[in-house]
Amino acid sequence: MQALYAQLLVGLINGSFYALLSLGLAVIFGMLNIINFAHGALYMMGAFVAYFLLNLGGINYWWALLLAPIIVGIFGMILERTMLKFLTGLDHLYGLLLTFGIALIVQGVFQNYFGSSGLPYAIPDQLKGGMNLGFMFLPVYRGWVVIFSLVVCLATWFLIEKTRLGAYLRAATENPTLVRAFGINVPRMITLTYGLGVGLAALAGVLSAPINQVRPLMGADLIIVVFAVVVIGGMGSIMGSIITGFALGVIEGLTKYFYPEASNTVVFVLMVLVLLVKPTGLTGRAA
Amino acid sequence: MKTSIASLLLGTALAVTTAGAAFAQDKTVKIGALSDQSGLYADLGGPGSTLAAQMAVEDSGLAAKGWKIDIISGDHQNKPDIGTAIARQWFDVDKVDVIVDVPNSGVALAVNNVVKEKNGVYVNSGAATSDLTNAQCSPNTVHWTYDTYMLAHTTGQALVKAGGDTWFFLTADYAFGAALERDTTAVIAANGGKVVGGVKHPLNTPDFSSFLLQAQASKAKIIGLANAGGDTTNAIKQAAEFGIVKGGQKLAALLLFLTDVKAIGLETAQGLNFTETFYWDLNDQTRAFSKKFSEKMKNGAMPTMVQAGVYAGVRHYLKALEALGGNPHDGVKVVEKMKSMPTEDDLFGKGEIQPNGRTIHSAYLFEVKKPSESKGPWDFYKLVGTVPGDQAFTPLSESKCALLKK
Repeated sequence: MQALYAQLLVGLINGSFYALLSLGLAVIFGMLNIINFAHGALYMMGAFVAYFLLNLGGINYWWALLLAPIIVGIFGMILERTMLKFLTGLDHLYGLLLTFGIALIVQGVFQNYFGSSGLPYAIPDQLKGGMNLGFMFLPVYRGWVVIFSLVVCLATWFLIEKTRLGAYLRAATENPTLVRAFGINVPRMITLTYGLGVGLAALAGVLSAPINQVRPLMGADLIIVVFAVVVIGGMGSIMGSIITGFALGVIEGLTKYFYPEASNTVVFVLMVLVLLVKPTGLTGRAA
Repeated sequence: MKTSIASLLLGTALAVTTAGAAFAQDKTVKIGALSDQSGLYADLGGPGSTLAAQMAVEDSGLAAKGWKIDIISGDHQNKPDIGTAIARQWFDVDKVDVIVDVPNSGVALAVNNVVKEKNGVYVNSGAATSDLTNAQCSPNTVHWTYDTYMLAHTTGQALVKAGGDTWFFLTADYAFGAALERDTTAVIAANGGKVVGGVKHPLNTPDFSSFLLQAQASKAKIIGLANAGGDTTNAIKQAAEFGIVKGGQKLAALLLFLTDVKAIGLETAQGLNFTETFYWDLNDQTRAFSKKFSEKMKNGAMPTMVQAGVYAGVRHYLKALEALGGNPHDGVKVVEKMKSMPTEDDLFGKGEIQPNGRTIHSAYLFEVKKPSESKGPWDFYKLVGTVPGDQAFTPLSESKCALLKK
């Protein structure tokens, strides 16, 4: 029984990453109608930016949490302005192919210079060590990841669903021409939204740098699972993607305990089941 | 239809006669370096292995003697079906003579069958499974560098003898992990130890925390990592995070490469004991080779033992061809020649190839240095001991290889 609690908690930690990443995907899909396959590569860039900040600029983890999403976010906005915006109104497939291509190029460039095994990034001193919870030894850093990503997820949800800015955004997706007529610069808003989604991916990258290796393929390994999470949760649903992210982390964690061999397929089995029963995803609206 | 069959026969006859005529002087060779070029094993083999093969060709000096030697490379992506498809295409279309490297035991065993069927030469350096020269041995195969038997009888044995008598395995769920766990378990049992549990994890697992918690709960003295590359580095890094070593359990990295240590960082990796058959800083010859190698690598990496094995294997292969006076394009014949000649090169020293295809050379027990002891970006290992080749690898009396029953 003790072991079970421990696995639940560990699942929640992995769920935090799924939630942060699928949230970014959901924001981008919801507002821009783009299936952002470059998300994994941007997550990887976030981790690498943190690594460079520390090793070249001597800038610590805490600043990296703030700076890396901004830097990668700007990179994302450049992508949007120079390439993605030309795909507005076209079939989803075009956006998917373009972002997939971008992901391959970015990963290839990083791999060329840094190899595949990756670089070490130390846990910041303030978050080193761990606590004995009785049923398990919880590294402080992992606890921090769960709390921090929960806060970020909820803040993003609040921003989009409950504020005036979010209302503009949602309106701009429904009817851009009308929103423009009210004097709102819709293209700029779209660019900023893409930047926000990309920034969330980079933030997840910084968070994961001390846990996983900072590797060029760290995003490619994760992104497929995250897409499954988004499909299960329902494309474009903000709260749906947060909840599914955490829930699937837990389910995966339990699988690792009961039948480890299936741990990296269980998410896809669930995806198939959900698609068969409810093709729009658990909380999705009809497309 | 009849005419086409007739012309086909005629063509074949012509081909046979020209091949026969060219036999004595044919000095063309095509080498295929098959590896994981972009995944979790790409740094320990991959592009570095292709480079090692190129350096071996250059250092052989055969080009000056009128030989024409080409190298092509392929990416098997750690998938046996892709690996065998490339191997077949290489033999059938590209007329490759020898396939080298091939890390990932699952792919390596699959390619082993193709090479035998096509009567090519297979100089494997990257794969670990001892089955390549044991139950599944082939007259076309030479296995360089290391295998699971060697890892179990060096690192494994040393740890059990030092008091680590209860083990919990974290095993990569494919041919390699299974072979390493099997060989190590045999050593543990033979030395009076016990395996108290284990988990089989999928290849390329980013998060080991669930498995590490189970290992922690097992109270085993040693947590044996029967995995490699990115899986091993993730497991070691996360074990430190979960306070496993501080809690009194010891990690046994049964297979650890130079690039893995680089990736983990000395801070976390220090004190790990493991076995390799090559290290760049062993002696003047290895240093000279490694310096040249590193200058040609994009990220300045030093060679791993797998890449060193590719170099040594290709050198020996070319020596055998030179001794034959030409390339007979007959795998069994070339491998027989390779086995009949003692091996000697700058990287592995003197050795031999046994009748089952296993190359015998010394193995070294290393310990990872403390950050304060390291004097350079690749200065990682302290030499703890040397195991002579005849003690490190499977004795012929224990080998189940069919080639030995004559």
